[in-house]
Amino acid sequence: MSDAVSTQGSIPPTQTERRNGLGRLIARSEVLRGYLMLSPAMIIMIIGVLMPFLILVAMSFWTRDGFDFDTTLTLTNYGRAIDEPIFGAFLARSFWVSGIATVATVLLCYPMAYYVAFHVHRNKMLWIIMMTLPFWTSYLLRVFAWKVILGYEGVINSSLLTAGVIEAPLEFLLYSQTAVIITLAHAWAAFAILPLYVSLEKIDRSLLEAAADLGDGPTKRFLRITLPLSLPGVISATFLIFIPTTGDYITPALLGGPDGAMIGNLIQLQFGAVNNWPMGATLSIILMLWIAAVALVFLFVTRKSKESLI
Amino acid sequence: MSDVSYIRRPNRVLTVYAYIFLIVLYLPVLSIPLFAFNDSIYVRFPLQGFTTQWFVQLWERESLWDALGNSLRVGFFVAALSTALGVLAARAITRTRLPGQSAIVAFVMLPIVMPGIIFGVALLVLLSRIGIPLSLYTVTLGHMIVCLPFAIATLLPRFEGFDKSMEEASADLGENGWFTFWRVTFPIVLPGIVASLLLTFTISFDEVIMAFFLTGTEPTLPMYIWSQLRFPREFPSVLALSTIILFVSFIMVFAALYIGRMGLQKNDR
Repeated sequence: MSDAVSTQGSIPPTQTERRNGLGRLIARSEVLRGYLMLSPAMIIMIIGVLMPFLILVAMSFWTRDGFDFDTTLTLTNYGRAIDEPIFGAFLARSFWVSGIATVATVLLCYPMAYYVAFHVHRNKMLWIIMMTLPFWTSYLLRVFAWKVILGYEGVINSSLLTAGVIEAPLEFLLYSQTAVIITLAHAWAAFAILPLYVSLEKIDRSLLEAAADLGDGPTKRFLRITLPLSLPGVISATFLIFIPTTGDYITPALLGGPDGAMIGNLIQLQFGAVNNWPMGATLSIILMLWIAAVALVFLFVTRKSKESLI
Repeated sequence: MSDVSYIRRPNRVLTVYAYIFLIVLYLPVLSIPLFAFNDSIYVRFPLQGFTTQWFVQLWERESLWDALGNSLRVGFFVAALSTALGVLAARAITRTRLPGQSAIVAFVMLPIVMPGIIFGVALLVLLSRIGIPLSLYTVTLGHMIVCLPFAIATLLPRFEGFDKSMEEASADLGENGWFTFWRVTFPIVLPGIVASLLLTFTISFDEVIMAFFLTGTEPTLPMYIWSQLRFPREFPSVLALSTIILFVSFIMVFAALYIGRMGLQKNDR
């Protein structure tokens, strides 16, 4: 700490003497220079995130008035969102679908991350790249690929038909919640693997050896050391998947059908065909508030369970 | 066998699981090129024979080339700008202790963890209130918000990884801040910069959620694909186009991840 204090403002005087006014102030104050370097990024974020968000909040209290907006602040939209069951139903379905997808992804990715962290000794980097590579390719194309696979005449159906396993195509594959869950779990796998891998890799191997020396079997070692210590990775993986997927509308739009539509599709409709922007703004705000609430509850529960584990 | 610790003993079940996992991860994406060369407008088994006609058809589409040009322009601009701003931000974050720094970093990283649709509609609302018409510029702004956190996240480990004393040595030897940056800092963080450029370009090139709300009359390539997906008879040409995009992005991202991690592990340990 004291080290940081002494280095601040310790620029040699020969350099500062040549400058004057503002230039001198910037050169002398490292903090000011830091803010100056951060400012371009901050300006973009303020224009692109903060200001739009404030207007979105304001708009959620407006109402539609023909093709224009009535800018008197009312709670009409929020009242509608609570009174009309369709909004609640879509919200509940979004949380259900992305909740299942999140649990499935974390459960399926955990052994994979564990394998790379504990059992891969050569070419670790190659494994990590291999696992995260598909994530960087077009989201739209990955969703499209699942359409090709799950479709009425898709890969699964046509191969099962050719093989004579089924007589008619399985209809539940495409345009269903199942299709959305499978696609989301697959598309967001990289977001689970990376945090899980990092937390598993960090675990001190000597703890495991000590436990083994003291007579703990593999199961006990896993439950008492590996799992609790990798919990931070599990928590961040859960957040990183659950939060973006609840608002997703690409996957449900392409693969969901009527039963698989989610709150994101409803929001998009308000800004598109329905053309009720204030209602769309209200739904966005409600979605954010619910995500924040669920995240807080989840954090609280995991903290409690962590305490009981240790 | 004896020199391998019993904890690190190979686990056959886990190994098999890992390989199945990788296969399942890649299978859907690989089905796209498989059917792109299939001589049938129906995407189904059994395969009908090899053809390149879907690729040839792509050449004759003016609208596709326009969309590609739009995506490339947006992508280059977004990659350059977000990486430049990312370098400044990453340097500020690692080299100085700023009051409120963690709050600033959390704010900048926000787009990674929030549903994209919220940023898309929020920007749309702001632009329409100010009266700015939707165009490629608005798409660029939207992509900047998505790419900036990734640029910073790619660059941060690079700046954290190298020894601060090298910069101090350069300053002690009489270089001013600008020369120190170009002759010491820049060469060390160059792999991070290349990785950030490649990744942000790919993200922008593939981005569809922001573009969906912010595109005006000129579509980006993903928006063009989205519009084609409504017509089942266009499936084969979309498959052909997707094959090309997937091939190029796989190479670019692999290069980006490889270059970005080059030499990092040595510094970590």
